[in-house]
Amino acid sequence: MINKIVQTMAEATAGIRDGAVVLIGGFGSIGQPNALIGGLVEQGAKDLTVVANNAGVGHTGLARLMEVGRVRKIVCSYPRTSDPVVFAELYRAGKIELEVMPQGTMAERMRAAGAGIPAFYTPTSVGTKLAEGKEVREIRGRKYVLEEAFHGDVALVEAWEADRWGNLTYRSSARNFNPVMAMAAKLTIVQAQHIVELGALDPEHVATPGIFVDRVVHVPYGEPVVT
Amino acid sequence: MNAHAKVLATCKPWTRDEIAARAARDIPEGWYVNVGIGIPVLLPNYIPPEREVIIQSENGILGMGPTPADDKINRWLINASKKYVTLVPGGSYVHHADSFAMIRGGHLDLCVLGSFQVAENGDFANWTSDGDDMPSVGGAMDLAAGAKTIWLLMDHTTKTGESKVMRRCTYPLTAVGAAKRVYTNLAVLDITANGFAVRDMAPGLTFEALQDVTDAPLRLTN
Repeated sequence: MINKIVQTMAEATAGIRDGAVVLIGGFGSIGQPNALIGGLVEQGAKDLTVVANNAGVGHTGLARLMEVGRVRKIVCSYPRTSDPVVFAELYRAGKIELEVMPQGTMAERMRAAGAGIPAFYTPTSVGTKLAEGKEVREIRGRKYVLEEAFHGDVALVEAWEADRWGNLTYRSSARNFNPVMAMAAKLTIVQAQHIVELGALDPEHVATPGIFVDRVVHVPYGEPVVT
Repeated sequence: MNAHAKVLATCKPWTRDEIAARAARDIPEGWYVNVGIGIPVLLPNYIPPEREVIIQSENGILGMGPTPADDKINRWLINASKKYVTLVPGGSYVHHADSFAMIRGGHLDLCVLGSFQVAENGDFANWTSDGDDMPSVGGAMDLAAGAKTIWLLMDHTTKTGESKVMRRCTYPLTAVGAAKRVYTNLAVLDITANGFAVRDMAPGLTFEALQDVTDAPLRLTN
């Protein structure tokens, strides 16, 4: 019997190695798997490269992981959120690297990784600083920048419902990067608000099929707080 | 105080909400429109209720509605500025790669962005400035590359009075030649092959006084 549901955070985060590339879902604090990030803090892996849309807010979740010194580099589209206190302090002290990437390029690079596409051309960033050093090619009269697929070692995902096969649904705008990151990593770990029986999810509503998921842990924390 | 300064001191610049409302008025029925952070997030509050305009938000919302009443908040539903919003009947959610497929794939009729600077050739700069050590591009470069039309909603000058409506941008560009229209607190400007053309001005403002606080040369439409 396939059962991807694990009972403890230690089982959920087992095997994440130092130096891993960790994809973390969420847009701001919505859809960000804070319990899994807390589990990763406990687990102890360090020198991590974290890929997330933002660079953490306040002192919880991703900010906490940075604050305890586990993140070597952050790859994100928008570090300048309302309260990036931890990131700003580490960054200005030279203790963390930053790579800024256009949000759609970031999403598509991970989608491509999950879909077996090694690279693609995009019109995004042509003629800007973020295209410097990249191959530019003219196709049918328009210029495009070559971007490579972006693979993760681990993806941390927040879902609304999950079953033992790892089929997932999401809640409103908390879907965001989660399904894309689930596809793009070798090890995809999910925290789900609800665990349901196999067959209980309407197949028409499954947003991430279980093939992209390795582990699921039940975290019924209630409602998120926008910080 | 010269005559132009007197006009500027006595005219009534549009507020952030008025800039958003002014732009909302110009959006035709049936358009798919992305709104970025800054003044543009106010725009969905000003679409006339009888007009169907479908708002897209980069974080995976198609059919975004206005700010909810305090007792009607869905805590899982935020806009690009991380503020609570609503979903209109017929609205849907997608993941980020699909959201940016809508954006990059030419499916949006319009994208409305904030900006630090705009130039008469349509270049604009809204992600990093001089001395900024935390450049933050978000979805701006994807939107600028993919939407059929780009409008910018921004202040006309910096807090110290320097023009943000320029001959050439001095900050790193978000996109080359992409902007088509600018709504500022002082004027509505079209970007044409011949530079900025003034469509509208804040109440009490004169063309000469507007030109006086604008780096780029202006001309009146017709």
